[in-house]
Amino acid sequence: MAQDITPITMPKFGLAMTEGKIAGWLVEPGASITAGEELVDIETSKITNTFESPLAGTFRRQVAANGEMLPVGALIGVVADAAVPDADIDAFITRFQAEFAESAGDGEGDAAVDEPVTVTVGEYTLRLHERGEGDEIPLVLIHGFGGDLKNWMFNHAALAQGRRVIAFDLPGHGGSSKDVGPGTLEFFAGVTIRLLDHLDLPRVHVMGHSLGGGIALTLARMAPQRVASLVLVAPAGLGRQINMDFINGFIAADRVRALQDVLKYLVHDKSLIGRRMADDVLRYKRLDGAEAALRTIAAACFPAGQQGDDLRPDIQAADMPVTLIWGQADEVLPATQAEGLPAAITRHMLADIGHMPQLESATAVNTIVEEFIKTKVATS
Amino acid sequence: MQIARETLLRSYRAMRTIRMFEERLHVEFATGEIPGFVHLYCGEEASAVGVCANLTDNDTIASTHRGHGHCIAKGVGVAGMMAEIYGRSTGVCRGKGGSMHIADLSCGMLGANGIVGGGPPLICGAALSHKTLGDGAVAVAFYGDGASNEGTTLESLNLASVWQLPAVFVVEDNGYGEATAASYACAGTQRARAAAFGMPYIECDGSDYFAVHQAAGEAIAHARGGNGPAMLHVHLTRWYGHFEGDAMTYRAPNEVAEARRDHDCLRLFRERVTQAGLFEGSALDEVDAAVADEIESAVLRAKDDPLPQAPDLMADVYVRY
Amino acid sequence: MSKKSFRQAINEALRQEMRRDPTVILMGEDVAGGRGGSAGVTDAWGGVLGVTKGLYEEFGATRVLDTPITEASYIGAAAGAAVTGLRPVAELMFVDFVGCCLDQIMNQAAKFRYMFGGKARTPLVIRAMYGAGFNAAAQHSQALYPLFTHIPGLKVVIPSSPYEAKGLLISAIRDDDPVIFLENKVMYDEEEEVPDEAYTIPFGEANLTREGDDVTIVAFGRMVGFANQAADRLEKKGISCTVIDPRTTSPLDRDTILECVADTGRLVIVDESSPRCNMATDIAALVAEEAFDTLRAPIRRVVPPHTPVPFATVLESLYMPSVEKIEAAVTATMNHRVVEKV
Repeated sequence: MAQDITPITMPKFGLAMTEGKIAGWLVEPGASITAGEELVDIETSKITNTFESPLAGTFRRQVAANGEMLPVGALIGVVADAAVPDADIDAFITRFQAEFAESAGDGEGDAAVDEPVTVTVGEYTLRLHERGEGDEIPLVLIHGFGGDLKNWMFNHAALAQGRRVIAFDLPGHGGSSKDVGPGTLEFFAGVTIRLLDHLDLPRVHVMGHSLGGGIALTLARMAPQRVASLVLVAPAGLGRQINMDFINGFIAADRVRALQDVLKYLVHDKSLIGRRMADDVLRYKRLDGAEAALRTIAAACFPAGQQGDDLRPDIQAADMPVTLIWGQADEVLPATQAEGLPAAITRHMLADIGHMPQLESATAVNTIVEEFIKTKVATS
Repeated sequence: MQIARETLLRSYRAMRTIRMFEERLHVEFATGEIPGFVHLYCGEEASAVGVCANLTDNDTIASTHRGHGHCIAKGVGVAGMMAEIYGRSTGVCRGKGGSMHIADLSCGMLGANGIVGGGPPLICGAALSHKTLGDGAVAVAFYGDGASNEGTTLESLNLASVWQLPAVFVVEDNGYGEATAASYACAGTQRARAAAFGMPYIECDGSDYFAVHQAAGEAIAHARGGNGPAMLHVHLTRWYGHFEGDAMTYRAPNEVAEARRDHDCLRLFRERVTQAGLFEGSALDEVDAAVADEIESAVLRAKDDPLPQAPDLMADVYVRY
Repeated sequence: MSKKSFRQAINEALRQEMRRDPTVILMGEDVAGGRGGSAGVTDAWGGVLGVTKGLYEEFGATRVLDTPITEASYIGAAAGAAVTGLRPVAELMFVDFVGCCLDQIMNQAAKFRYMFGGKARTPLVIRAMYGAGFNAAAQHSQALYPLFTHIPGLKVVIPSSPYEAKGLLISAIRDDDPVIFLENKVMYDEEEEVPDEAYTIPFGEANLTREGDDVTIVAFGRMVGFANQAADRLEKKGISCTVIDPRTTSPLDRDTILECVADTGRLVIVDESSPRCNMATDIAALVAEEAFDTLRAPIRRVVPPHTPVPFATVLESLYMPSVEKIEAAVTATMNHRVVEKV
């Protein structure tokens, strides 16, 4: 009986997220839903995101009301077969909520452990966050220019079912030390390899976004035996063009309003860019050395207003399985740069999505990655 | 002590410039064209010049509301000063300060000051900078007998001593703090005040350039040598009122006339150097003529120079707001 | 990044800036403490509430200067030093003591640049404790930031948390204009995650601690925390508030205040300084003049009464703004109905 009833619970979107508010239900009770269908908008202190249904079925009960604030893991809705009696669903809800209330007290301990840590790798201090456990090959997430490990906040936990997933801040970014050496892709790839050594990870899947994608490709060239597969999300290095208004604007913006305007280049749905997000980025940018680091990287990687590195030979020569994800409405790196690549590289071009598919279309991206690792990689 | 001929000539020119500058202002102020308040330094020239002859551009001075003499002695340009007093945008403070706030940090002039006793704490600060930065410079506070009673002045004497600062406190005692005599307002003596804070005290006749130069030299050498502050007490007379327009009803009728006759530092200087055969009278006459020309053209320019514009009102409140 | 108190955050800002720039010096009464004493100890206090502890030990007597109790001379010295090549951070032990040195701040430091035609630069910081809540009574509990805000040429900074304090103080020290940096004395033990590295927070940019649709609350310093607490309670009653922390009263982020008021139509200002001519009146005038048509209710101010700060606890509690008083003001503004004239 229990198998017929599935709880929909408040998802955990970000590292620090402990609760979310129901910003608006998108389905009515009684509706038939498919996996991936948009169920409800959830508002956190940093962003409003649409939660997509993890399964197909009939949406039977809306447990949380619009505007209600609930902790992560709390029951917000119920999906069940249309045949299941209401009384059973009532009983389920009662039981679930009772158990949840009981375990809420234990939640504290877990939250305390699930935090980023700082490690020293040679002369660099790196902030990293590891989640998940299991025997599968671990996954390393590399963010892009001006980003940090929180860029993966909608992907990290989801991908950590059955494997270790390590997200870290590149030198010059987030909570890592600000020395970026020459600021080149080789430099960052080199530090990443040293991090892998430090963590005793002989071989990993690597997912890189934007500049992080360029770093991932460079890493695969420098140490192919360390890389089990590559997931490249709108990666750098596949063309000359790059939106320098974004790069230069990002470096120059030192006020919330100005930065909000620049961050809008990153997404297709501009309403996703709120004050809090800009404020968060500024907290990083205002650290001593952050701006200088970004300038060094921009000068090294985007000299004379375009991308300096041509990694097409590297992606063509790549030995390991590679998949590409790109938003077709990308305003930073044009999606056309995904063309003309070997057929073996599957391309996932997402309509109406901008430069950060991992944020704007998280569930789809997570599904693609899981699929890729399970099928493409297993059979390679 | 032998003073170099070069220095003597420069000092004479400085004193003559102050004299003519102030006398001219006295005349022009009466026309009503000069805005605000003016406080004239006539009769006190040897004090500013005798002290500043011992200083360089790296040393700092702070002055009072009666600041034109100190400005000229320290090297602030006459044309810029005149334009400032006339409120022109070509003034050394772009017309934003006027007579009481003339400053030129490039030659170490921290400003005339509209607040009695405003200078001494600032000079403690400048002396602290010189000491901390180790540049070997000194900071000199000029203040009057009136200011010598201000809490700020007494605190500054204490602070400079506690911190052993390279500061010199020059009391220009002209016997009056505004309309009230020093004999009434000042308890005790300046000598005792210096002693009270443990600093050396020297006094001199402010109508005698050579006496001032000598005494100031000692005080400044003491401070520059890292021995802490010193006080120099200069006795002098101001020939005009506290401000232009002051009828000086608090002074006996002959007082100023007698001072002009018997204690004219320029006449005394000229007598001494010509009698000693150091200069010909004609050489000094040449200086007088040159200075007269300089003042004349400064006044004509000042009357003609552009006024500040509306944007100047909003400018320079902050470096960046 | 680690948990630091308001006090530690300020100490860290001073320490890191003094390491970075040898022209940054500290001066004040007992900023080290113990000079000349029979115990032969230096750094006996590190400031009356220990904020500057340890700095004398690291930087010595040329960079950390104990002063006699002579505010006029040492604040004036700080002004004079600032305009001749040093970057002094002078401490006025209690902001209430500004009466002893107001000329040096108001007539000297604030006006050098303007009076001298733009040719002076006065990179001076004056730190002072402010605020009631410790039974320190009338002469040790004032806020007085309106006084400084009133004076052109000064900048006025009021941090509301440890993170804010460190970033704003570093910005103050790097700023080339005279800055009055006010620390609420009741907040020194409050803790928050604060980056270990140096960072800045710009002046004239307000921080929104939360965004809502119904009411805009503007609050300063310690009152920001009170406003957030009130907003939490109001949320449960279905009233959502925007809380603005202007961070600096001079320069003031007018744009953010006007925008938020335009969004919500209602404004409550929480200001613990004395009510006549304070920041609440200043902002109320700004909004009334420039956002009148967006208002759906009169502006309300949560301010103390026009009295000196009393000593007895029961009276001081009556005097101070509180979470309850803010809640009541917000509720009242929500309940406002326009009465039609017949």
